[in-house]
Amino acid sequence: MDIKKLFQMNPDRSLYPEMGEDGKPIIDLSSHKFLKIWQGPQHPGVTGNMSLELTVSGDEIVESKTHVGYLHRGFEKLMERRKFIQCFPTCIRMCVAEPDPNEYILAASIEDLGGIEVPETAQWLRTLALEMARLQVLLRGVPGQGGTFALGLGYQWGNYIRDLILDRFEELTGGRVYHMYIIPGGVRGLLPDGFKKRMEENLKLVDEFVKNIDDLMYNNSVFKQRAVGLGVIPRDWIEKYGVYGPSARAAGVMRDVRKTHPYLKYAELDFEPFTTTESDVYARSRVRWHDLQTTVDLIRQIMAKMPDKGDIRAETPNVMHWRIPKGETYQKCESSRGEYGMYMVTDGSDKPRRVNLKGPSYTHANALLEKLLINANIADTAGIMVSLATCPPEIER
Amino acid sequence: MIDLIKDIESRFETSDYIQKLDHLAFITVEKEQAIALVTYLRDYRKYTDLTLLTAVDWLEDGVFQLTYLLNNPTDLTEIGVRVMIDRENATMESAHHLWENMMTYQRELREMFGIDFPGSPRLEEPFILEGWDDLPPYRRDFKTKEYAEKTYFPRPGRQSNDPATYMKSKMYPND
Repeated sequence: MDIKKLFQMNPDRSLYPEMGEDGKPIIDLSSHKFLKIWQGPQHPGVTGNMSLELTVSGDEIVESKTHVGYLHRGFEKLMERRKFIQCFPTCIRMCVAEPDPNEYILAASIEDLGGIEVPETAQWLRTLALEMARLQVLLRGVPGQGGTFALGLGYQWGNYIRDLILDRFEELTGGRVYHMYIIPGGVRGLLPDGFKKRMEENLKLVDEFVKNIDDLMYNNSVFKQRAVGLGVIPRDWIEKYGVYGPSARAAGVMRDVRKTHPYLKYAELDFEPFTTTESDVYARSRVRWHDLQTTVDLIRQIMAKMPDKGDIRAETPNVMHWRIPKGETYQKCESSRGEYGMYMVTDGSDKPRRVNLKGPSYTHANALLEKLLINANIADTAGIMVSLATCPPEIER
Repeated sequence: MIDLIKDIESRFETSDYIQKLDHLAFITVEKEQAIALVTYLRDYRKYTDLTLLTAVDWLEDGVFQLTYLLNNPTDLTEIGVRVMIDRENATMESAHHLWENMMTYQRELREMFGIDFPGSPRLEEPFILEGWDDLPPYRRDFKTKEYAEKTYFPRPGRQSNDPATYMKSKMYPND
């Protein structure tokens, strides 16, 4: 038998599997040519608790379906039964890895509908908290991409420095993971004494980490061979599939709410989000690596420009009896994954009528990931998924 | 955005226009014209990005409000198109042909609110809930507490208190 011929494949994988008239692949499981495999919900190669129902032929994926619901706690429904201030402990749990954007958009929605102006010092502190949140996520997210290709070392480095950033969060807010620092009208406290000095020491470690990751991942031939050309998102998919943040910027499309709709103090900060055009897993990871450096720079700028004293909270009605007039709004910010928004409707009562959170994972992990995985190798599933930074709790809320 | 709203009002039956922020406005349109308006905004007014589709249950009025929030990446404005549909026969024309990600929103709305979008792909497949046979849980008349008490058994050693009475008894024990 000619072994070479046996393993010869048609290089044009778009011709395989055979497509039906409805544009869907013809998959007959009884033909023994296909196999169904579940990746998740408990699997080291999935982000959080979600699963992918993969149909494979050999080691090539021919169909993918995303399944969520393993974390559904009905947060949006629960918030309809809670007073505005009581929504915070629920809302922040919509994304465990990066809870601060949840706090911000909830507070911003309440302030917009309730007509509250946030004092300047509080706006600076909010900007700092959001950038610190981005920093601690990227410290795991950037090397995490290497982890999907069995390069786990950088993740351990990143986790160590992330713990130091969580120390800063602890002294600023009292909490390590969930902070509830941003509240309606402002924030809960000023910077503790010596905070800036300790943060600067941590940032120096991040600078070193950035250089080390460049050597470890981006100049690593195995990482390059696995990531370059993998999971390419064409430019014309950006709006069709709803692609946001670093994933869109890797395709050459500037999508960063901090630049397009500057909120808090971002208009007063000097930064330019990185964009590139390759749009593969390598490019998306590289964009996040640049984002990490931008965030470090922004934290330094914020600490240099922010006032040390001042009002940190506007006067609000008694939060347990606060009735907000009928209205609706959409408030958004830039999370480490992309645009993170909240649509809130009020009816004049002391509870929100409807809250709907829209995170980038909602579109990235469903329509987009299902499409990107077609014709990919099964071993690349985790790499493609992590490159989109999917976060299941923000899909099922 | 005033020019845009005038243009929309001249072509479609609309009402309740609200300019919420400099870049954000909401407008209500008749159900029959909703998908035509959304298509017009996408194809002729550069609102090429679907930010979200969601529903609000106005139980007392007997209607669901659907909100299509669209974003214009060119001039960076956003418009929320509101549609009121009958709660009893909750059906809306599908818009899955306009955006690839629309199908996901419509699947979720069918599951959580019981709103039907005939023709939308994979509508029958469970999205978040699996094997759910009760009232769609995001409807206002779905009683969360009642469902939890009926479905889950109480853990021994735990008790619930009415917050107002409990706080009063703790803070003012002599009253």
